[in-house]
Amino acid sequence: MSRLGTDRVKRGMAEMQKGGVIMDVVNAEQAKIAEEAGAVAVMALERVPSDIRAAGGVARMADPTITEEVLNAVSIPVMAKARIGHIVEARVLEAMGVDYIDESEVLTPADDIYHINKRDFTVPFVCGCRDLGEATRRIGEGASMLRTKGEPGTGNIVEAVNHIRKVQSQISHLRSLSEDEVMVYAKENGAPFEILLQIREEGRLPVVNFAAGGVATPSDAALMMQLGADGVFVGSGIFKSDNPEKFARAIVEATTHYEDYKLIGELSKGLGTAMTGIEMSTLTPADRMADRSQ
Amino acid sequence: MIRIGVLGLQGAFREHIRSVEASGAEGIIIKRVEQLNDIDGLIIPGGESTTMRRLIDKYEFLEPLRQFGKQGKPIFGTCAGMILLASEIAGFDHHHLGLMDIKVERNAFGRQRESFEADLDIKGVAEAYNAVFIRAPYILETGAGVDVLASYNDRIVLAQQGQYLACAFHPELTDDHRLTAHFVTMVEESKKTLAS
Repeated sequence: MSRLGTDRVKRGMAEMQKGGVIMDVVNAEQAKIAEEAGAVAVMALERVPSDIRAAGGVARMADPTITEEVLNAVSIPVMAKARIGHIVEARVLEAMGVDYIDESEVLTPADDIYHINKRDFTVPFVCGCRDLGEATRRIGEGASMLRTKGEPGTGNIVEAVNHIRKVQSQISHLRSLSEDEVMVYAKENGAPFEILLQIREEGRLPVVNFAAGGVATPSDAALMMQLGADGVFVGSGIFKSDNPEKFARAIVEATTHYEDYKLIGELSKGLGTAMTGIEMSTLTPADRMADRSQ
Repeated sequence: MIRIGVLGLQGAFREHIRSVEASGAEGIIIKRVEQLNDIDGLIIPGGESTTMRRLIDKYEFLEPLRQFGKQGKPIFGTCAGMILLASEIAGFDHHHLGLMDIKVERNAFGRQRESFEADLDIKGVAEAYNAVFIRAPYILETGAGVDVLASYNDRIVLAQQGQYLACAFHPELTDDHRLTAHFVTMVEESKKTLAS
């Protein structure tokens, strides 16, 4: 007798992605470039985050034609994004056979109060987080993988750095608390008590946590690994660069060997221009995707 | 003490280290070719086989890994690691290490939504073993000298050929260390044989 969609199967899938790079792609051709470069998975989208920013308006789940094209093009896992709280978009992606769903703030939220109850699904979900409260709430809802929110489509790493540091320092703080202090910590951070107890005991999150939102260079990817990320999502960075093939390979290697600085230096030579970045202070509150839904 | 390496290019290598240590051996993450000289046995973990192969080529691991096996030192391939060990991969012209006489099919049980847990009986090793299958491959055909140790729904999911052990599932994702302990025993025996 087999058991489908268990926590172990859903979280385990993300465990296999560790040390790897997940790349945003908008068609089969890009998906093949990503697979060839050594990506552990691809994220099928209609537009990369920087183009979503430029286009404005409401960003939704990609046209299923694109997702299907990507599913057929590669043998590595395929992820796709659904709007926060959009149960039907998520069900459609699950029915199509997508391997992981990103309930993502990059798209315009469909529900600005509730996230999807991810425990109801057989397919696993990844969600964004900026701090331990957000991380544990998503785990409580059934997320099987986390990523920092960062600030998508900016090519600016500062927010992703803030988010991973925040989560790490909160875990350290939590470990220093006595058990009777955890309930107040749970109340103050809007964090589920039982999950906090588990994190306090084990000293780490119960699911894999990747970096995302602003990774633009091989050094950025290595920086996030060094700060404790389990792997890296690269959105606009690759296919907005001058030489996507070379860039993609360089990011993969820098992620594997994130402490080999000589190698990262070599990898970074002659990559051409990285995507143009955006300074955080020039974003209006409405431009900040990371603040969408908590 | 027995020293077992876990190929640490990509994937779930830390969990294997934990399982090796729980089975009474020392676990070492292998990131550089020269480290292969320091170990008695090697685990090739689960992850993405395409990604791992690219990194194996990039860091010139392919021949040293083959030599490691051909010296008689045990290698245990789990999931992606099984694909790397196989002599034939359905639908592909090339194999990777090609050390074990098995034909495998990738993602053979389906996509992630078809991934599952099941209880297996493992010949001579364990009964009711909790096996976790994630986008798992299985073995389509085995050559002479390959011993089938477990099947699920008539599909071969664990086999041994001399010093090589390959499984389609993830022994590192549970607290059941019986299969890893079996591999540690294989390594202990080979170390004795190789020393004599």
